[in-house]
Amino acid sequence: MTARRRLEAVLLPAAATALLIALWDAAVRWTGTSVFPSPEAVARGFAELARKGLLLRYSRDSLLRVAAGYGAALAVGIPAGVFLGWRPAAARAVNPVIQLLRPISPLAWIPVAIVLFGVSNVAAIFLIFLASLFPILVSAMNGVRGVPAMYRDAGRNFGLSQRALLSRVVFPAALPEILTGLRLALGIAWIVVVAAEMIAVDSGLGYLVIDSRNAGKRYDLVVAAMLLIGAIGLLLNILVQRVSRLRAVRWGFREETP
Amino acid sequence: MIPVREPLPGRMKIEIRGLHMAFRTEENDVRVLEDIALDVREGEFVCILGPSGCGKSTLLNIVAGFLAPTAGSVRIDGEEVRGPDPRRIFVFQERGVFPWLTVEGNIGFGLGKLARDERERRIAHYVRLVGLEGFEKAYPHELSGGMKQRVEVARAFAVDPDVLFLDEPFGALDSITRLVMRGELLRIWRAEQKTILFVTHDIEESVQLADRVVVMTARPAKIRRIVPINLPHPRDLSSRHYLELRDGIFEEIGLAHKI
Repeated sequence: MTARRRLEAVLLPAAATALLIALWDAAVRWTGTSVFPSPEAVARGFAELARKGLLLRYSRDSLLRVAAGYGAALAVGIPAGVFLGWRPAAARAVNPVIQLLRPISPLAWIPVAIVLFGVSNVAAIFLIFLASLFPILVSAMNGVRGVPAMYRDAGRNFGLSQRALLSRVVFPAALPEILTGLRLALGIAWIVVVAAEMIAVDSGLGYLVIDSRNAGKRYDLVVAAMLLIGAIGLLLNILVQRVSRLRAVRWGFREETP
Repeated sequence: MIPVREPLPGRMKIEIRGLHMAFRTEENDVRVLEDIALDVREGEFVCILGPSGCGKSTLLNIVAGFLAPTAGSVRIDGEEVRGPDPRRIFVFQERGVFPWLTVEGNIGFGLGKLARDERERRIAHYVRLVGLEGFEKAYPHELSGGMKQRVEVARAFAVDPDVLFLDEPFGALDSITRLVMRGELLRIWRAEQKTILFVTHDIEESVQLADRVVVMTARPAKIRRIVPINLPHPRDLSSRHYLELRDGIFEEIGLAHKI
């Protein structure tokens, strides 16, 4: 990239963001609203949250819930998906159930989660687990099922046992598709944690949004929390994107621009 | 008059007897191979030549043990073939190279049982043999089609098999690379004395490479004729004898060699 293009790559988005903030500010002034906060008020809200230590604590709580639910979904979804992809008969048996459960919004599970686990941290984690499980499971299943017969044949030709075939050929061949599922699932998990925290627990960024509104209509804090949710979601996505650029899996992502 | 090459001294390696193959579809059975019988001697280079879709790849897949025939038998070293075996490696078009492994990783794929330094020595040897020095750490998507093909050939040779099955291995390459690769294959074949069964639809290619060309009919494929190519290597592609053999096969298949 030339120096000029590099400068543009920073300046243009910065200018667009500044313009949006200016419009927001102008709109607040022009309408004279006393409910919706100005950018400045939101900035003060951020400072207040940071001072109270809530910024870090709530971010950490939300991230820990995601880590637990998403981690459990990884631990269950990848082995189960690989198994189903490896054994087409098993996949045919459970596929209708998967396809039926998959389109159900994770939010519809909230009552079920509360019945099972009460209004608790576990209920929130369970919702995240469910929400991330299906994309992971389905991508692992399809990834393994889609491994070209040629790779399996080549592996068998070199005398691999079933187990070695799975770990040395089938899994690495399916990995790019599995990673796509992981990325999708992490995005969903981050959306669901906010919703779950509005209902089931009393910490985290979702709780911050709903609590700021309920306790004194602090819309400056609501918007501050929203922006924080967006920023962390963005960071998570960048992180997963990094993984898909590792050389051992990059072959599977050639259609994506780096 | 070119001296006729002596019959190969090697013993019988591959014996194919009464081979039939039919695929069952929903409507009917598609007969693909009919009554194929063929013997291949140790160290021999045999090309199976036929039109696209005639079933020659199916034949190769059966001999390699990936498919079970409907009837008939394949014996290698006197033993019935029941599945793939590391002593006999199938070389796909360059698409069989594992994209998640480097050139080194691919070439060393079948060498897991060796001690580390022996493994590295062999990888280095075959990297050199196929001229990929400097690309050891490269991934297949960073290589050209011809280089990938060489990786696949090296991966096959590295496990020191007695038999190689090649299924139109150079079909996807441009014509210059294809010529180079043929030369390389012949060079490695002579250096390592493998038995090679090579499927192609390219008449020129078969006459350039093979000790014998097995000409197949259209589907259901039968062996139409087996043409011995009694030419020493390196072959002079403008010699009269080469042209006669080539044109003979063109006529056999029913193609006038004019365009």
